[in-house]
Amino acid sequence: MDFLADITNAAPEAILAGFGLVGLLIGAIGGDRISGLLRLLAVVALGAAAAASVLQFGRGEAISAFASDPLAPDGLYKATMFTIFAKVVTYGMAAAALLMSGGALKVSQMERYEYPLLVVFASLGAGMMLSANDLMTLYVGIETLSLSSYVLAAFRRDSLKSAEAGLKYFVLGALASGLLLYGSSLVYGFTGGTGYAAIAAAPESIGLTFGLVFVICGLAFKASAAPFHIWTPDVYEGAPAPVVAFFSTAPKIAAVGLLAHILFTAFGPHAESWQQIVAIISVLSMLIGAFGALLQNSIKRILAYSSISNVGFALIGVAAGAKDGAASVLVYMTLYVLATLGMFGGILALRRGGKAIDQVSDLNGLVKSKPGIALGLMVLIFSVAGIPPAAGFWGKLQVFAAGIQADLLWLVLAGALASVVSLGYYLRLVWAMFMKPPGDALDKTDASVGLVVAVTSIAIFPVLTIFIQLLLDAAARAAGG
Amino acid sequence: MTGPLILTLTTFLPLAGALVIFALRIVGGASMAGGASKSIALLTSVVTLGVSLMALAQFDPGKVGYQLVDHAPWFGGSSYKMGVDGMAIALVVLTTALTPLCILQSMKSIEDRLAEYMICFLVLEALMIGVFCAMDLILFYVFFEGGLIPMFLIIGVWGGKNRLYAAFKFFLYTLLGSLLLLIAVIYMAAVAGTTDVPTLQEGLHPVTGALLFPPEVQTWLWLAFFASFAVKLPMWPVHTWLPDAHVEAPTAGSVVLAAVLLKMGGYGFLRFSLPIFPDASLLFQPLMFALSVIAIVYASLVAFRQTDIKKLVAYSSVAHMGFVTLGIFAFNEAGIQGAIFQMISHGIISGALFFCVGVIYDRMHTREISFYGGLVHRMPVYAALFMLFSMANVGLPGTSGFVGEILTMVGGFQASTWAAAGAALGVIFSAVYMLTLYRRVVFGEMTNDKLMGIKDVTVLEFFILGLLAISALGFGVFPGLVFDLTAGSTDEVLRMIGQVGQ
Repeated sequence: MDFLADITNAAPEAILAGFGLVGLLIGAIGGDRISGLLRLLAVVALGAAAAASVLQFGRGEAISAFASDPLAPDGLYKATMFTIFAKVVTYGMAAAALLMSGGALKVSQMERYEYPLLVVFASLGAGMMLSANDLMTLYVGIETLSLSSYVLAAFRRDSLKSAEAGLKYFVLGALASGLLLYGSSLVYGFTGGTGYAAIAAAPESIGLTFGLVFVICGLAFKASAAPFHIWTPDVYEGAPAPVVAFFSTAPKIAAVGLLAHILFTAFGPHAESWQQIVAIISVLSMLIGAFGALLQNSIKRILAYSSISNVGFALIGVAAGAKDGAASVLVYMTLYVLATLGMFGGILALRRGGKAIDQVSDLNGLVKSKPGIALGLMVLIFSVAGIPPAAGFWGKLQVFAAGIQADLLWLVLAGALASVVSLGYYLRLVWAMFMKPPGDALDKTDASVGLVVAVTSIAIFPVLTIFIQLLLDAAARAAGG
Repeated sequence: MTGPLILTLTTFLPLAGALVIFALRIVGGASMAGGASKSIALLTSVVTLGVSLMALAQFDPGKVGYQLVDHAPWFGGSSYKMGVDGMAIALVVLTTALTPLCILQSMKSIEDRLAEYMICFLVLEALMIGVFCAMDLILFYVFFEGGLIPMFLIIGVWGGKNRLYAAFKFFLYTLLGSLLLLIAVIYMAAVAGTTDVPTLQEGLHPVTGALLFPPEVQTWLWLAFFASFAVKLPMWPVHTWLPDAHVEAPTAGSVVLAAVLLKMGGYGFLRFSLPIFPDASLLFQPLMFALSVIAIVYASLVAFRQTDIKKLVAYSSVAHMGFVTLGIFAFNEAGIQGAIFQMISHGIISGALFFCVGVIYDRMHTREISFYGGLVHRMPVYAALFMLFSMANVGLPGTSGFVGEILTMVGGFQASTWAAAGAALGVIFSAVYMLTLYRRVVFGEMTNDKLMGIKDVTVLEFFILGLLAISALGFGVFPGLVFDLTAGSTDEVLRMIGQVGQ
């Protein structure tokens, strides 16, 4: 296969890489003055990558590239229908998160040209790791995502908390990368290959299991699943709001999708070895996420724990295995990141006296001052909590169904318990918005924020509640290919 | 979508009204929407009542099975399927008839954020109607659990002092039960490949024709359903959320809670537990009898000791729901007919009692029994109406309360003498606590100076209570009105549990 065909097949990533490099040049010449323009261009590039992925999805088959490398005879790049689906959502979310961050960037004096480019590079890394068909490509993708993320977390250099978040993220992230690399080397040593196909073909061995455990630990860290979640609340709290909005959407679905993908494909024949591990990670994440947030007062920390808990729910689908669970993971994560996007768009865009709000009490009486946003946020919160008729309920239904199909009833029961407990803090947010008397007046919000909340909440309810079959069909198609 | 669409229209009309008010609230601001919301909400609920009466007129009680079915594909093995039998249409009309009264009452007594209140109320109405019309388990679940959200807001925003505790307790308690129901539903969907209620009720796999749920599986599924419906009904010992929710909710919230939301539990037993899990239902009959009798006796005794009027009526609701479960699990015609009748009758009477409490609460802003006394001297009309509803609650012959209680006890007696004997004790106790309440609030000398200026019922209150009084008496004298409607559903339930003619 010639180079041009390879690039065409890897079009979504090629677009992002090309734009990232050109954008750096433009930025170096134009400086921070043109950061707004670059941001819009980056949104366009991410949108184009998403569109290219949609086109690939339409082809209905796995797409390989760079298959002629002598070191990796199976090909370094192979986007399956499953990962293409995840990439569409990843790029779409990244574009949306970048689009709605304009006002917040201006207020927190983060209008620098590096910002949109870092988001693009992070998304590129997310796409690369999803498209990997080889542990080496996987590692390069993860590191591209991670390094960009560390910088993004610490993007407000003058803020102590932001710097702290970046450093914490970096130190723990480096540790996780080390675990992942160590696991990869064990896997290589005991299977004789780094390609997914070679690993899948290798016989069961104790060394492979050891390697597998390390790989799972490393990836669970990236997905912020318990017990590798410790960094999440701190990073969410310290990092600037627009960055958190990005972290909690695009890389989240990419990481969970990747974990599912590599377990289903490379380690698919070794399912016996990882199913229990994933189930335990799942139950820990659900319960720690649910209980951990009960006593938090910072909205960002609450949402961090909420994301831990929700990753746990998605992992029910992973633990259920490829046949029963693959589609449910995609449905769950798609609905989750969609609702989260709107939630962050709404909550983090609210400002009082020029400062972003952070405490739950800052939401007091929101329904009086901004009834539309309050109602939209309520829909999104109930969606993340999985309460019908909001569409998030379908995600919960799908993963629970997958768990029951795979005889993991105990896991599903734990999920039910976690749902009830986590309602404790979701209801607190609703309580503050609807039932507390309002505090000082909030600043005027940008029109784009209202738009994001309106679009996402209407998509969640009623659109996806009624037309959920479309999403289910797409996910089933992705899981089948 | 296929079907006459009248049930879909009934269900979603209130939602449309809520959307209109919401649009006004966004465009016109709180003050403008507040004023307009009264007339919009009232109009919507009256039109909904009209449409539901049209549905009732189209409904043919002579035919067996579900009628007025709307059907549309949805996702997987689930579809949007709405339909009613006699029991369901009766509960739908109960809901649509009570809602306009609640809205009328709220116009006067709710001052803060009226537009939002009306939105919540209309959404709640839509979800309640949906619960009784849904013929698909997933659809049922969506309506069933979705109803928690508006009720949470109604208690939480417009409730009393301790509303935070009550609203959270209401939501979390009910949710835990519902999630077990959900897990059972998912399991059933996996086994049967569909969540269509009539198919599941027949108990055979739609494709292979094999028995869907063998008895040992039924036991677990039944328990999961039980967890949800027992909390909702509520049965002893999971009733503790109810007194809190009732006390804190605004008057109209208490009315729908007692009159409609509690009925979802009894409805669930009759619609799902008995027909789909007949073996398990028989197995658990002694347990249900025991819990029913405990609920009747215990809740009556607790009611007697209450100092808060609303709490007293709430505990009396728990006792009366005990009659419903007693009748349902008697598995005979008298028991089940009585249980359905008792649900309708209790909807009218307990709703009326909460309205009565609301009348004096709006004037004095307290529900302490000891605060009142001698109201008959200042409020003769109120005293007469309150008397009527107290007697109906006790089960005096001539009121609808009598018919429901006597039939459930007759049914219970045929199944278990001891259970009926225990329930009969409850009838006596109910007279004790209701008459005591009535004496302490209405009779005696007026000792509290603050009560001197209290005014009798207004025209509006008289209208609301009068309508309910006519219903309570009408159904008491002509119970056949309900029985004709529900006889078909009762026979169907009995056929499905294979106990015909017992």
